[in-house]
Amino acid sequence: MGTGDSHGVAIAQIVSSCMGGMRTAGDLVAWMQLTRRMKIHSAKEYVAGKLNLSISDLTDETVMAGVRGRNGLGSVIPDHVEYMGIAAKSKIARLLDIPIHSVDLYEKHLGG
Amino acid sequence: MHEIITSSGDGKRIAVSRDDLQRDIAAGSENAAQKGDIDGLSRADINHLVDIFCQPTKTVSVEPGREVIVSDDGAGLMASWGRPSAGHAIPISDHQSILMYERVYCADTCGLGFPDYSYKPVKSAIGYARSHYKAISMLTTIPLVYGSQPNMGMYYHPGGPFPNPFDYFSKYEYEKGFQFQEEAAQMMRGDIRYVAEQLYEVGCEAINLDTTASAGDAEFWGALMVVEDIKSRLPALPVVMGMAGEDVIGMHGRLTYQNERLAGMYPHRQVEMAAKAGVDIFGVAVNSDTGASTPYNLARAVTFLKAATAHSIIPVHANSGMGVGGMPMTLLPPVGCSTRCAKALVEIGRADGL
Repeated sequence: MGTGDSHGVAIAQIVSSCMGGMRTAGDLVAWMQLTRRMKIHSAKEYVAGKLNLSISDLTDETVMAGVRGRNGLGSVIPDHVEYMGIAAKSKIARLLDIPIHSVDLYEKHLGG
Repeated sequence: MHEIITSSGDGKRIAVSRDDLQRDIAAGSENAAQKGDIDGLSRADINHLVDIFCQPTKTVSVEPGREVIVSDDGAGLMASWGRPSAGHAIPISDHQSILMYERVYCADTCGLGFPDYSYKPVKSAIGYARSHYKAISMLTTIPLVYGSQPNMGMYYHPGGPFPNPFDYFSKYEYEKGFQFQEEAAQMMRGDIRYVAEQLYEVGCEAINLDTTASAGDAEFWGALMVVEDIKSRLPALPVVMGMAGEDVIGMHGRLTYQNERLAGMYPHRQVEMAAKAGVDIFGVAVNSDTGASTPYNLARAVTFLKAATAHSIIPVHANSGMGVGGMPMTLLPPVGCSTRCAKALVEIGRADGL
């Protein structure tokens, strides 16, 4: 799927054409494609609506760094490491109102 | 006359004139339109593609606001020596490589897979796959997609349990050849379902059937059925399906899914079948011709992709790795070529992701 195999192709394609993952809101939009089968524009609209942002804000690193930090959505900068990994995904699932199976299983295990 | 620097389908640098560029793009689009019985690129699309190749800069990018999602088939593992084929062999773990892919490369999703990247070998190493997935998924924030190939060819002799159906076709024993393909597809279906269930038990966030239909229509048939199995048993598990090529090869020829003959299907029909089965994201693969130019290959890829995205009800990602999506068939593609392919697949092909 997508990018891969050739050496260096992923970096070139991520920088030139993709949303930027946790630098911005790329992972949030990806979750909507996976869990709700949303095409790119609908997925961006949905995420922007949940965050009360414009679609262009979703790829604005400065805006999204603040949003991710305030909402505990994980980040690539060390100021926001209190929420990373499964903790951040738990916050993401709640914010976007989607099931993330790793989170559901983890919370089930926490509940005994 | 000013020459445009680009690549041939084998990665070699070539220089073409603007006239040759336009001619190659038109020919690539026409080839796809004719094969797939779909619309060719419009004049505006062709001009857009010409402009992309004529940009004097080393790299290009999409217009702000048109960024898409990146998925992969092991790009996140590329740095690690856990990926023995086509990897960089840096002595770091898969865990470290994936966290770098998430936090340094900043990908939107990440793929995880077994070094022998097919479901059949994963089944016999399922404990490794489960512990690997569990440990890494606790650390990642972006979606972690477990990928492998259905790779039905592994179910035939000498490595698999079934005789090679082509040994029977060559003896005109067609029914036996059909039977072994169908039995291999059913065994493959069982193995993929087993792996999906085992990974679901440890919290799998999504599963990828990568390079689907590499062994033809019987493999596509088995893959569609296992997607139905997964969706009925594990409805919370998103399924991603990427194809092996633009055409489902009719190695069986008779098999149907929901009354549609699978052999000979091109991407716009493949995605329709995948969506009916329950696939959540579909990956279009259009193969490159190593003897043709990248403008020709990219025009073909974009034409097939545009037809698939136009009517698809699910997100479509363009496979854009080695030898697919307009990319040259080489391990070291020129960066200008990678970015030009990405821009065209998104802006003209209307991909929802790469």
